[in-house]
This record gives sequence, structure tokens and C-alpha cells, in this order.
Amino acid sequence: MTTTIRLQREAFDIADEVAKLTIGRTDIGAVVTFTGVCRADENGKPIAALILEHYPGMAEAEIARHVEEAHARWPLFGVTVIHRHGRLTPGEVIVLVLTASSHREAAFAAAAFLMDYLKTRAPFWKRVETADGTAWVDAKAADDAAAERWATPPERRREAAK
Amino acid sequence: MKLLYFAWVRERIGKAEEQVDPPAGVDTVGELVAWLARRDEQYAYAFANPKVIRAAIDRSHVRADAKIAGASEIAFFPPMTGG
Repeated sequence: MTTTIRLQREAFDIADEVAKLTIGRTDIGAVVTFTGVCRADENGKPIAALILEHYPGMAEAEIARHVEEAHARWPLFGVTVIHRHGRLTPGEVIVLVLTASSHREAAFAAAAFLMDYLKTRAPFWKRVETADGTAWVDAKAADDAAAERWATPPERRREAAK
Repeated sequence: MKLLYFAWVRERIGKAEEQVDPPAGVDTVGELVAWLARRDEQYAYAFANPKVIRAAIDRSHVRADAKIAGASEIAFFPPMTGG
């Protein structure tokens, strides 16, 4: 499997990243692209920017652990995770997750799994910058619940659903 | 051992990292938090609600009952808000 994990301040080209993941391969039938973008509002209030802090070293390691887990759960040919840090203004890309597989089901599921875990387990913290100053973004219970749904491995979830 | 602080934990304590030598009897992450919280007002403020404090030993998430013996780097931070 091709794995790319990058943390960076700089913007990047999404089409370029998709091309790098798929170049020269004819076994990939599905590439799912999730792009997280900075909105101009947080909790209904306008913001000027998001400022992202991270734990260098651990952030890469934690993402790598979840990419490995995704690879163990679904038949993936490639995964790319790029997460930006620093000051990002509305409209800028914060995070990119690409998953490649032979069919769409695995690619969709793996991308959702990776994003749910990125939200709750990867050591990043957002601050919003407004006209009044800056404030830390609170963690959302909905994000914990989204990650929790993956806690049961897929085969056991299928059995439980029978 | 080296301690690292992130986000509002770092801001409340007023530093990003430091070296500490916890006394005998401070064996777990939870006990380390309680010991730090007794240091001064800033630490007490940072660790006022231990339930929301997350910890990592040598760059892996751990719970409050994790043993700190042998750890070279312990980090404390609020719930994560990336993605």
C-alpha cells in the first residue's frame, strides 16, 4: 500500500495528490477524496481565521497508526493524509484524506473512519480568531460519537446487525 | 522526565515544556496530574478538571491509570479538535 502522511503549513494541490496516488496503476477502481475546509463561521459567529496547533511527532505517529488500522480493515491500495497547521483563513483547505481501493465501498468507509479518528485522536487543537481576539474550539460530543461507531470491528458489526 | 503541554493547558501553565523529577509515590499519570496541580495557581488552573485532560506517554495516548515509570516524554492536552 502507498501511504503518504504530511503535516505542513503550506497549501497543496488536491488533483496533484490524487495523481500521485494513482499514477501508473490500473488496479485502483475508486478514489475517495475528503477535503476539510475552513468556514467563515464557528457556532454561528463570524471568524477571521483558524489557528491550528499540533504535537509534532505524535501527530504523524497517531495518523500512521490509524492508517495501518484502516489498511487492516479494508482492502486499500493507497492512503494519503495531509493536515495543515498554523493560521488558515476561510476557504482554505485544512485537511485532505484520500483512500484508494478496487471498489468504492472500502474507499468510502476507510475515508470516513480516518476522518472520524483524525477529529478525536490526532493531536491537533483549533483556535478561532475573531474581532474580539482568539478562543479555543471546544471538542464536540458528536465527533466522539462518530469515532465510537468504529470501535466494533466491521465483521462483528455485521453479525450484530443480523 | 520531560513534560509537554499543548493548547490551553500550555497557556494556563505558561510554558510549553519542562523537566520534572516527581517524588516517590507519584506512579501514574493521574497521580502526576494531582502532584502538578499542587505546585501553584497556574498548574491548579490548568488541571482544575482532570477529567478533560488527555495524556500521552512517548507519543501514544494513555489513560490516567497508566504507569509513568520509564517514560521519557509525557504530554498533557485538552480534547483534540483537529480535522
